[in-house]
Amino acid sequence: MNELAITVIGRDRPGIVADVAEVLARLGANLTDSTMTRLRGHFAMTLICVGPTAPEVEAALAPLAGDGQLLATVRAVTPDGETAPAGEPYVMAVHGADRMGIVAAMTRVLADVGGNVTDLSTRLAGTLYVVVAEVDLPPGAAEGLADRLADAAAGLGVEVTLRRAEPDLL
Amino acid sequence: MTGQADGSDLEPQAETYAGLGDWTPESLGAGRVLPVVSAPNMVLSRAGTEVDPTAGETVQLAADLIATMRVSPGCVGLAAPQVGVGAQVFAVNVTGHSKAVTVHGTFVLCNARVVEATRWKAGREGCMSVPDLTGDVKRASRLVVEGALPGSGKSVRLVTDGFEARALQHEIDHCGGLLFLDRVAGAHAIYQRKVYL
Repeated sequence: MNELAITVIGRDRPGIVADVAEVLARLGANLTDSTMTRLRGHFAMTLICVGPTAPEVEAALAPLAGDGQLLATVRAVTPDGETAPAGEPYVMAVHGADRMGIVAAMTRVLADVGGNVTDLSTRLAGTLYVVVAEVDLPPGAAEGLADRLADAAAGLGVEVTLRRAEPDLL
Repeated sequence: MTGQADGSDLEPQAETYAGLGDWTPESLGAGRVLPVVSAPNMVLSRAGTEVDPTAGETVQLAADLIATMRVSPGCVGLAAPQVGVGAQVFAVNVTGHSKAVTVHGTFVLCNARVVEATRWKAGREGCMSVPDLTGDVKRASRLVVEGALPGSGKSVRLVTDGFEARALQHEIDHCGGLLFLDRVAGAHAIYQRKVYL
């Protein structure tokens, strides 16, 4: 079974999701995981689907990109093997005055302890920059990490918090 | 709360809306461990029917819910639809949970409804019937619930907070055919559940 990674980016308008999903449904492509948001007003969607080949999907999506307002890419990907056990889930929140290198510096601190970012959002609102990252930390890695993040944040003049994000099972 | 098969008057009466009183889970007798169903099973998406809390089948169901809850690791609540029964009955026990404040121990409520809900707080929830996902859901952290105890059919009014309040709202939702997925805070408030080390 072909597994495809598809991205659709471009000028936002009502109906893009319906148009893309309709094309995929007609091809018999099963849309599995997807995420969509608007980034500075631009439509941005990434999805995984299974079924048809990449050239078939490319050809079917081409009319949507015909007016130059949308860019669609299709790439075959290898299905994930067995998922490695996750670490301990944490949420890192950073906010402060916008400047170069906030994401790079803060996520480097996470990477240095083996942290794996599993979800990330950044927003620029006026001069305020906000980063929220979900990160899986190896056992024991959280110890002392908050201090290291605070040091990095102080160097950037921003604030950071790190909190456990374990769900309550009901 | 209307339409009770036992015909009892369930209009709020101060003297009848006490806490759990001397009710104990042992009063239900032995329960059977039932298989827990997962979404997408339609029983989870249909409102359960009201029950006669004094009926033998309700008492057995209550005992079964407790027995199933007790053998399920980390389970703090279980509603009848989760064991494939479309009925307004659920069991709860948050004893020992780190986020619990008020704790009423192990109990079962029939035909329960929320009568007061305040101090709404977001929290991340998971569910035995949605084993691969979690989601951020706002729940009231101060709660008043009314319902009937299985066996005696006695009407109770429970005032609670914190994690027990969250658990009660989650289970009452199950009885109404709702999953936490129906209440997630937004499109990006749903997460793949992780397998912890």
